[in-house]
Amino acid sequence: MNDGTARFAAREVACIRGERPVFRDVSFALEPGAGLILRGPNGSGKSSLIRILAGFLKPAGGMVAWGGENMTVAPEAHNARCHYVGHLEAVKAALTVAEHLAFWAAVKGFAKADDNILAALDLEDLAEVPGRFLSAGQKRRLTLTRLLATPAELWLLDEPSVTLDGQSAARLEAMLAAHRAGGGMAIVATHAEIALPGAETIDMANHGISAAALLGESADAAAGEPDYGTW
Amino acid sequence: MVTAFFGLIGRDLRLAARGGIGSLVTVVFFVIAVSLFPLGVGPESALLERIAPGVLWVCALLATMLSLGRMFDEDFEDGSLEIIALGPLPLELVVLAKALAHWLITGLPLMIAAPVLAVLLNMSTEGFAVLMISLLLGTPTLSLIGSVGAALTVGLRRGGVLISLLVLPLYVPVLIFAVGAVEGAIFGLGEQANLLILAGGLLAALALTPWASAAALRMALE
Repeated sequence: MNDGTARFAAREVACIRGERPVFRDVSFALEPGAGLILRGPNGSGKSSLIRILAGFLKPAGGMVAWGGENMTVAPEAHNARCHYVGHLEAVKAALTVAEHLAFWAAVKGFAKADDNILAALDLEDLAEVPGRFLSAGQKRRLTLTRLLATPAELWLLDEPSVTLDGQSAARLEAMLAAHRAGGGMAIVATHAEIALPGAETIDMANHGISAAALLGESADAAAGEPDYGTW
Repeated sequence: MVTAFFGLIGRDLRLAARGGIGSLVTVVFFVIAVSLFPLGVGPESALLERIAPGVLWVCALLATMLSLGRMFDEDFEDGSLEIIALGPLPLELVVLAKALAHWLITGLPLMIAAPVLAVLLNMSTEGFAVLMISLLLGTPTLSLIGSVGAALTVGLRRGGVLISLLVLPLYVPVLIFAVGAVEGAIFGLGEQANLLILAGGLLAALALTPWASAAALRMALE
């Protein structure tokens, strides 16, 4: 398989957490405007894969490449082009909504965030409200404005729609559509139904490693998968 | 990168300013701990004068240590550290910004309180200038060395005790040379050598500790 020329590609990525193999042989290739949905039961490694793609975790095997170059060659360059939204909201009780945005823009190296992005997630009335008074859904929406605060080509979203109401989930879908229309890429791990038209889906359940397979007893469970000596 | 560096410091200062009494704990602890000595050893002025530099420095050291746990913990627990780590600023510079903010929030108030407490302990006036210089050189070193302990214990519940075990031995040289400088000035033995060693320690901490702390943070973020 040669996907070295794809904008963002993973090849046979494997992950081991705490000596426990989580998944292996995950491959994909994304071009600008593409989307990718990760599905799978709890513990199947969706979050770990997203963290590998963000550069927090090193893959136990395989590689992740940007424009054909291994991501680990220039980690800071990779930081600049991706946004990561995980389970944590990163909302400080003492800072207002507007101050959060200004800080997130600064941390990405921008002097200030776009002014009108609060409207995109219906937060403009809350601009001066401190984080401690925000509801769970409002915190989540504030976290999602981070995606719009500064430009980044790759969005890595881990369960982005948790705690969102239907209207806000629709706004998130609109954000994703606009991002991809502008040539951005989005990788979304989710249990919910998030519309990502034309996106590939990877079911992490198909990449799991069963104890039986590890013991080498179950050739049928591991059919078509590479031999373990490779990673 | 400059934006990110100062944005980080500015946010930490703003959080501290809104933290209410929580951000004053360090300096309040310093004042109370020093005030206990006249009560404990008695009000005899000659004795207090003799132990003043040591008391001030030991209390400054313990007060700084108290505040280390907060350097990275909150940002780690609420996910801010992930966002900061995904910025253009290398983690080494993130550590430097956090240590500088920590010094501004804890070290600087200690420096302001120290001369008042020195008067309370009847410290002789020859030592005042050198006390301030030793604090100016020593407390940033404490923040920088402390960043390593804070980064290593990030995400651990009850990391506070562990931090003291990790960091206090490393604080000993700062204590020895800082007190040596102040006493040298008081007894007319000269303070320059001790102050130069303190300055050297600060430069070494500036050059070395960000790498160690950043490596520890990378492990915590895995």
